[in-house]
Amino acid sequence: MVRAGAVGTHLPTSSLDIFGDLRKMNKRQLYYQVLNFAMIVSSALMIWKGLIVLTGSESPIVVVLSGSMEPAFHRGDLLFLTNFREDPIRAGEIVVFKVEGRDIPIVHRVIKVHEKDNGDIKFLTKGDNNEVDDRGLYKEGQNWLEKKDVVGRARGQDGFSERYYYGKHEIPGEERSSLQEQHLQFKQANPVLKPAGACRSLAVRMDSGSEGL
Amino acid sequence: MNTLLSRANSLFAFTLSVMAALTLGCILTTAFKDRSAPVSLKVSRVLLKKVEDFTGPRKRSDLGFITFHISADLEKTFDWNVKQLFLYLSAEYSTKSNAVNQVVLWDKILLRGENPKLDLKDVKSKYFFFDDGHGLKGNRNVTLTLSWQVIPIAGILPLVTGSGRVSVPFPDSYEIATAF
Repeated sequence: MVRAGAVGTHLPTSSLDIFGDLRKMNKRQLYYQVLNFAMIVSSALMIWKGLIVLTGSESPIVVVLSGSMEPAFHRGDLLFLTNFREDPIRAGEIVVFKVEGRDIPIVHRVIKVHEKDNGDIKFLTKGDNNEVDDRGLYKEGQNWLEKKDVVGRARGQDGFSERYYYGKHEIPGEERSSLQEQHLQFKQANPVLKPAGACRSLAVRMDSGSEGL
Repeated sequence: MNTLLSRANSLFAFTLSVMAALTLGCILTTAFKDRSAPVSLKVSRVLLKKVEDFTGPRKRSDLGFITFHISADLEKTFDWNVKQLFLYLSAEYSTKSNAVNQVVLWDKILLRGENPKLDLKDVKSKYFFFDDGHGLKGNRNVTLTLSWQVIPIAGILPLVTGSGRVSVPFPDSYEIATAF
């Protein structure tokens, strides 16, 4: 049954007749819809900002973009970070850090820590899947990272993009040319992360040749 | 609920909510499990040198060489939610210039399905044991511990230290190997 004047319950002529719907609304209904939309967007924003405050990290959810921490984290995995600065940095922890001059953070494991009595810490990192430590990734002449470079520490992951957890899994028939192999090695040694914002898509699908650092 | 789009929309939203709830439930069933295990560590050989640190800061630092034995049974730490264990042997010690020093000497990735009982003898350190200075000489209290990080399929990433530890006394002078 259709009641005249009751907007919103009026059945559109086709399922895609959105603009017909809009035209039939009066000004008040339109404002209501706009405010509704604004409420949803600001709730999402509040939740996101609240998460930033709760975890202490400027980017609490990140997406792994490269394979330098395989087989622990594969491309497309989501990591949840916290950054409580009172917790000391210790060997074995997975930290997300930014190198000066680069805006994409890197997720690697801490392998060396030297902490002074007054709390000054310098530490070195290395990706699980890399042969060498990260000194090649730091700034020219920089040998250690400090607390100020840390964006957060990885505390958890979601399981959704993990498909091959019984060991290395190559897609059969996928042969790589030597140039692609070099590109892959370079990418493995230069791991990247992308912060996942509330307004950006959370899962980033990668194909092997097309993304840069 | 009579157009294809609205039905698809409802179905999609419901599926997402259910999957999120399921994942949370799965995470909760294994989040508070005790992941520790007994570990037995023994050191068989220690050598101390003083070399220019070629891995980074170019200053002469103490370089230690340790050969050790590891024995651990990690079967109880694996369950359906554990993808792999990242094992690492770290040396922790204190020097005059730095209150806390930790250096990872050796690591191993243990995937689910591989043999969880470790019995390794005469393992040489994988990474160079450089100190930030000369703090290893005569240091009686360098403690080796085996720790592991549990990588779940979904959930938190806990770091657990095994219960066994061994203290390595470093020699008072350079280039003299001590066997235990």
